[in-house]
Amino acid sequence: MASSTQHGSGSEVNYINEFKGIGSWFTSLDHKRIGLLYMCSIFFFFLLGGIFALLIRLELFKPGAQLFTPDQYNQIMTYHGAIMVFMVIVPGIPAILGNFFLPLQIGAKDVAFPRLNLASWYIFMAGALIAMSTLFLGKVDTGWTFYTPYSIKTGTAATVMVLAAFVMGMSSILTGLNFIVTTHKLRAPGMTMHRIPLFVWSLYSTAILQVLATPVLAITLLLLAVERTTGVGIFDPKLGGDPVLFQHFFWFYSHPAVYIMILPAMGIVSETIAAFSRKTIFGYTAIAYSSLGIAAVSFFVWGHHMFVSGQSEIAGVVFSFLTMLVGVPTAIKMFNWLATLYKGNISFEAPMLYALGFLFLFAIGGVTGIMLAVMATDVHFHDTYFVVAHFHYVMVGGTLMAIMGGMYYWFPKMFGKMYNEGLARLTFLFIFIGFNVTFFPQFILGAMGMPRRYFDYIPAYHSLNAISTMGSWLIAIGFFLGLYVFVQGIRKGPKASQNPWGAKTLEWQTSSPPPHFNFDVEPTVNAGPYEYK
Amino acid sequence: MFWISSAHAEKLMPTAATDIAHQVDNLYSFLLISSFIACAILIGGMIFFAQKYKRRSVHAKSAYITHNVFLEFLWSFIPLVIFLAVFAWGWLIFHDMRKMPTDALEIHVRGKQWAWEAEYKSGVKTANLIKVPINKDVKLIMTSTDVLHSFYVPSFRIKQDVIPGRYTSLWFNANKFGEYHIFCTEYCGTQHSGMLGKLHVVSQEEYDQWLEEESKFSTLPLAQKGEKLFQIKACSGCHSVADKSVKAGPTLYQKFGTEEEFVDGSKLTINEEYLRESILNPNAKIVKGFAGGVMPTFQGQLSEDELAAIIEYLKTTK
Repeated sequence: MASSTQHGSGSEVNYINEFKGIGSWFTSLDHKRIGLLYMCSIFFFFLLGGIFALLIRLELFKPGAQLFTPDQYNQIMTYHGAIMVFMVIVPGIPAILGNFFLPLQIGAKDVAFPRLNLASWYIFMAGALIAMSTLFLGKVDTGWTFYTPYSIKTGTAATVMVLAAFVMGMSSILTGLNFIVTTHKLRAPGMTMHRIPLFVWSLYSTAILQVLATPVLAITLLLLAVERTTGVGIFDPKLGGDPVLFQHFFWFYSHPAVYIMILPAMGIVSETIAAFSRKTIFGYTAIAYSSLGIAAVSFFVWGHHMFVSGQSEIAGVVFSFLTMLVGVPTAIKMFNWLATLYKGNISFEAPMLYALGFLFLFAIGGVTGIMLAVMATDVHFHDTYFVVAHFHYVMVGGTLMAIMGGMYYWFPKMFGKMYNEGLARLTFLFIFIGFNVTFFPQFILGAMGMPRRYFDYIPAYHSLNAISTMGSWLIAIGFFLGLYVFVQGIRKGPKASQNPWGAKTLEWQTSSPPPHFNFDVEPTVNAGPYEYK
Repeated sequence: MFWISSAHAEKLMPTAATDIAHQVDNLYSFLLISSFIACAILIGGMIFFAQKYKRRSVHAKSAYITHNVFLEFLWSFIPLVIFLAVFAWGWLIFHDMRKMPTDALEIHVRGKQWAWEAEYKSGVKTANLIKVPINKDVKLIMTSTDVLHSFYVPSFRIKQDVIPGRYTSLWFNANKFGEYHIFCTEYCGTQHSGMLGKLHVVSQEEYDQWLEEESKFSTLPLAQKGEKLFQIKACSGCHSVADKSVKAGPTLYQKFGTEEEFVDGSKLTINEEYLRESILNPNAKIVKGFAGGVMPTFQGQLSEDELAAIIEYLKTTK
């Protein structure tokens, strides 16, 4: 180390050490620092939502009341859902990794509107605080879907929670807007739209959804709040309203939101599979445009949540048909990733394990999605544990696996350190195995007819529920281990090189961690993002 | 190919007790098999490639393949064809589910927090029990008195949300005798998971007889009605009425009007209000010598008429 140069490359000054003090973080306009702010808050909320998840599984370990009263259980399942959806999975990848890497991947100094970017973090935190305040203001027991008229009648703090989701939606819109403009306006010279990495494509498609769909949720939630506070009849039939109308409004946002959650995950998987196979991605154009295709069609499939809601048969038919169409681009992506592995030069560091784990779980999540899109089978599965298992396979098996993989993949770039590879692989084992043990039995439970949001169940469902609960402990061990790997890596990890994976995208062309404005010299691009020749 | 998976489905799914349930199961079997094949290709292919192209040297060259129009066409087109096929198949069955029979036995069903009430054309009312004859088209005309509920019979593979302020309907034709679960599958608050009912499929004769008894039942004097309810609701399993013997709960023989002592030392003369409270909220006052939390609540499971009948009956045991 004696020979280390103090003034050589200038890489010693980076975005982390350039400014000092806690205040410099809370006022920073640097997209990288804002990404880390999001990271800290979202990790905390994930811990909270995860604890609620463990409590749900503990209660369901045996039939009958275990730890809670039915009301407490209903609150716990509501908080688990609301926190995980609005505060973890929706913002997760775009706000943490998107913020950090979108500008780096297109060779920009920052996002287009750095102040707006910081503001969106503050708005997000304000919304999160309002949401958490309900824990002390009477709690909420509506489920994360706020279905009317229950959400109008319940004595709990539903109005406050709904406002919290409204505020967080605002933050989501601003982030989306920022990403769209950044992608269009700040690309480095030579970085054409067909040379941007697939992670950027996925964020771009997601951003369109955020900007277009979130306002509908905002209006819906506002209407609900108005109805609760002033008694204007919108959704409550007693006041002349229509409770099913709420479902249409709600899913008009929340179905696209499913893709807000999964598209960025697919982007990460594209990056990691290409990097660890040392191979150009198969079907770049197909993957990029299928993201846009999914985003577009996803606006017209909301009714597949409502086959048994009382909507007309013809509406069901249209929604089922369009859902099949949205399945095709998803299938295309799966096959493209598979083809990328073909004749690759594959190594299996933790990020790659998570990407392969994603493919495994998403395949199962995908085919069960088709079973739910088929009307006749959906009638049986709707609102049973089959649905619970399906969306956990997609949201946890998909999005969370991708977040974990993405965090490890970009860890060296974000912190300039390496994490402990052996332990990181171990986290994958725990999470992957634990996940399957937890959620696969729930498919069977659903097929057997166990409805979701159940505090108690008939004895026939006991053994599978017990297995599921034990699986949740494995997942918990995996995530706590992951947290340890993370903290230990940041504090004591060995120094990372500029490009430890030998990847080709632009963020690896700058030092680790990057300087304040990302690149010492503005990069010029003359090839695609995955030119492993 | 189908019967293999059907045999498995028997274990993994509730008994199929209607024609439509069998049709749904056939479609489900097809979906399971094709899903299994799809997963085998994707996951198997992934594991195979991962093994075969494992990195042996950092400097090894990977192939440079950007795309292949024919392959991409294949894996877009084949899934599309399969998706559209299962879509159409699912529609056909769904259409049958939604096509209401014209000459059906009609029963009105009301979902309320947290019980299912059924009312037959003859005026017979039941709580959490629907009795129907076998091999007969039955149509349920449903509404809710409060929030959303969803009427679900797993063995029939049918489900329909029950909505306040409007009717929704559902039909079935059961072809197997038995007692089947009715679940509520739309979250409806505290006792959502306790909103359970039984759908009882019996022979036409048994049905007719039951219906007649039930019809008579509604015109019985209150105390006699109460005596029947005392049996039907299984109160007699835990409370003796013919003598002073002690079962799981205190005897109710010659109890009305006498003084009862509770675990907290307080005393009270047994009257109508006390009986009502003890039926609806059994843990409010625990009789001395007994443990709390044993008796389930009958809140939502007894109508006001039925409560009155039981209380009148208990007056006659003295």
